[in-house]
Amino acid sequence: MNHSPAHASQTGLSADEVAFAQARQKARLRRRIMPVLGVASVLLLWAALVYWLKVPPFIAPSPQMVAVTLWDKSGLLWTNLVPTMIESVAGFLLGNLAAIVIATVFVHKKTLEEAFFPVVVVINTIPVVAKAPILVLLLGNGMEPKIAIAALICFFPTLVNMVRGLESVNPQAMELMRVLSASKREVFFKLRLPHSLPYLFSALKIAASTAVIGAIVGEWIGSTLGIGALIIQATYAFDSALLYATVIVGSCFSMSFFLLISLIERLALRQTSQQNS
Amino acid sequence: MVSHEHAVSCQNVTVRFVTEERAVTALDDVSFTVPAGGFLTLLGPSGCGKSTLLRVVADLITPGSGTVEVLGKTAAQARMDRSLGFVFQDAALLPWRTALENVALPLEVGGGLKPSSRFTSPRDLLALVGLSGWEQSYPHQLSGGMRQRVAIARALLGGPRLLLMDEPFGALDEMTRDRLNEELRRIWAETGTSILFVTHSVYEAAYLGEQVLVLSPNPGRVVRQVTIDLPRERSLALRDTPHFVEIAAELRAMLGKVTP
Repeated sequence: MNHSPAHASQTGLSADEVAFAQARQKARLRRRIMPVLGVASVLLLWAALVYWLKVPPFIAPSPQMVAVTLWDKSGLLWTNLVPTMIESVAGFLLGNLAAIVIATVFVHKKTLEEAFFPVVVVINTIPVVAKAPILVLLLGNGMEPKIAIAALICFFPTLVNMVRGLESVNPQAMELMRVLSASKREVFFKLRLPHSLPYLFSALKIAASTAVIGAIVGEWIGSTLGIGALIIQATYAFDSALLYATVIVGSCFSMSFFLLISLIERLALRQTSQQNS
Repeated sequence: MVSHEHAVSCQNVTVRFVTEERAVTALDDVSFTVPAGGFLTLLGPSGCGKSTLLRVVADLITPGSGTVEVLGKTAAQARMDRSLGFVFQDAALLPWRTALENVALPLEVGGGLKPSSRFTSPRDLLALVGLSGWEQSYPHQLSGGMRQRVAIARALLGGPRLLLMDEPFGALDEMTRDRLNEELRRIWAETGTSILFVTHSVYEAAYLGEQVLVLSPNPGRVVRQVTIDLPRERSLALRDTPHFVEIAAELRAMLGKVTP
């Protein structure tokens, strides 16, 4: 690793610069390789444990079995993923839209916020698993109760964050708007809304994964199709390989949903990545 | 255009705030005037209500009693006519807008500018405050001093006849503050805008102001309105002359009496 100064000067770089570039490349490679090694070693440990302890396939499958199942039953997994996708995305849109609208109303009508914010908090304290049967009774056995559960689960964090985002504007910026005789509408669109976007997106990222949880929990109760239903069916059939494969498909979807929202966030807030003044 | 003798005239202004624990008198029977085209600095220790007084003039706070006349109108009328520019302690720029877009904000809200307005070009105003070439920069890419320059340009858009400044250079380092003080004198001379400037720095008050209004704290009262006997053209070197030092000492003595 010794670069003579003579050699370095040929490339127009000083020895320090060359060393720095190499060190940086090494660090970058390391950052990529380490997580891969981590995942690989966990898979290896899993395979080894199943093999040595002779775990029967109805308790836990080996990673190879899961891989084979993912391939062989890809049709079945896909058919069950589609309704879960529809439910969580629809619930996500519905819940967040409602939260944004209600946050806007709360910010403009303090009385309503004082009266109904506690109600929202109380509803939020009811666990999802407890809310699910209530909604199934109310909305029947189709996609509607699942969408409702996914929407409910998204609703609360977005509402709280959105209210905070809309209200936490710089008081001097509010005074500026008044000096300029800005209307309420202008204050909302020029000041409050853009200010709230970072808050909104941090809530949307949480909502992206919780919406999927909501849909799956909804499917646990009296459903024949969907990732949640397949999880229940595979469990009762002691088909552990299918169970694991289903879980993997579900979490892959949840992860992609999260990444999609992160991508939209990066595009939307590109110019203000460092906005914290 | 009707010319008025006074840019600002406050008579017997009293402001009380009621907090949860107690009622505070922020301003007690405050009277003063700013001549048209004048430059008055408000000097006083914290708690003397100087920012409150500025907000009364800007119609951000309604006084409990007393009359406020701004450019021959009520404060509310002056505000709605866009006769006021306000520069805040922190620049209060919108972080998602470029420097140019920040300066242009007054064009987009509150009905925009009147057709008769002066200073309608955000680009020219950025040039006036010395920020040509920084139009497309975002606030986080600018230094504290540059951000205040953008805020001054924004306040000047539309050519307000009165500029209200609330310790705009308080958070800046001394070198930057000195340079901006010098530039503010230049901008004042070039634009002919009346300026009401809040500060707690004796030097800043004496260097900037044609007149200084000295306030005492708890409750805020006027100690004296002093005319600063310095030439109109002021360089920073002026502050090292015996005459300036004398004026500063005089002001400090007035403050000394009122500060516990």
